[in-house]
Amino acid sequence: MTDSLRAETVRLTGHDDDEIEAYLAQPLDEGRFGAVVVIHHMPGYDEGMKEITRKFAAHGYLAICPNLYSREAPGASPDDASAIVRALGGVPDDRLVGDVRGCVRLLRSLASSNGRVATIGYCSGGRQSFLAACSLPLDAAVDCYGAFVVGTPPEGMPLKIGPIVHMAKDLSCPLLGLFGADDRFPSPQHVAELEEALKQAGKTYEFHSYEGAGHAFFSADRPSYRPEAAKDGWQRIWGFFGRYLASRDE
Amino acid sequence: MCTYQTEKLQVSGSAKGPEGWFSLSSVTVYFDHPAHHPAEHSLNIDFLNLDDGAPSRVAVELDPASARELARAIPETLHSEGQR
Repeated sequence: MTDSLRAETVRLTGHDDDEIEAYLAQPLDEGRFGAVVVIHHMPGYDEGMKEITRKFAAHGYLAICPNLYSREAPGASPDDASAIVRALGGVPDDRLVGDVRGCVRLLRSLASSNGRVATIGYCSGGRQSFLAACSLPLDAAVDCYGAFVVGTPPEGMPLKIGPIVHMAKDLSCPLLGLFGADDRFPSPQHVAELEEALKQAGKTYEFHSYEGAGHAFFSADRPSYRPEAAKDGWQRIWGFFGRYLASRDE
Repeated sequence: MCTYQTEKLQVSGSAKGPEGWFSLSSVTVYFDHPAHHPAEHSLNIDFLNLDDGAPSRVAVELDPASARELARAIPETLHSEGQR
């Protein structure tokens, strides 16, 4: 395994047959690989998310990050697109599931796919990773500090999203949850409630909460970055994907 | 990334962005992670037009003390000019 990869912008068919933009990264080694849909954080389809997508390819996974804001703000800078989508109420849940379905279809169609696909999401994408894994047949899912899987958004918030913890019974795959103990959304109480729902539903899950870390501790370009939590979190991700996305040929 | 504390207002006015002046339709005010200001959180204001196909935006990110100063100055200015 080398770290050679190819990364590029592609177009794919998402929800309602809409064409959306995405960033695709693939290892250049021979072989068949597991695949990851990277669901971007609320600040959007930005450099940090593309860097994470390339990181998965460098570690031997096909990876794709769809631009969930393709429709509202095509060609806009990530922060403009994020602000516009925030004001318009956010990404509807059914549209998210349709866009992830399109990504899964594209990944499984690649000759180098081993057929296994996971989702990982950060911030709002953490909730959306859980949502996708409860709505689509997947092989693994990672929720990095996703808010409002449990709990209700503050009064007056324009984002039209609500709790989805009741969907835990429909979770199609093992779930890895990575959280900051100092986070408010999701708070430790929210995380405990999600864990209880997964336990009650008899689902396979693995949760880690990091002391001294809050929201967005993986974001290396922000003051919220917590290197110790991020380093351990990445190790948990590699271990988890190693178990559930390993090649069916191996 | 996210405190999720957001207010959305319908407003009337204009703003100047990279493409020139545009009419405003709404403003969102939120305390959240900034894109540019070097702090973990800032008071962010987006002046937006969401009605004209290609959305337009003018953004500011303020530290909390600056945001309070701005908020204090606005009604004071309006009051001194006899505006209600």
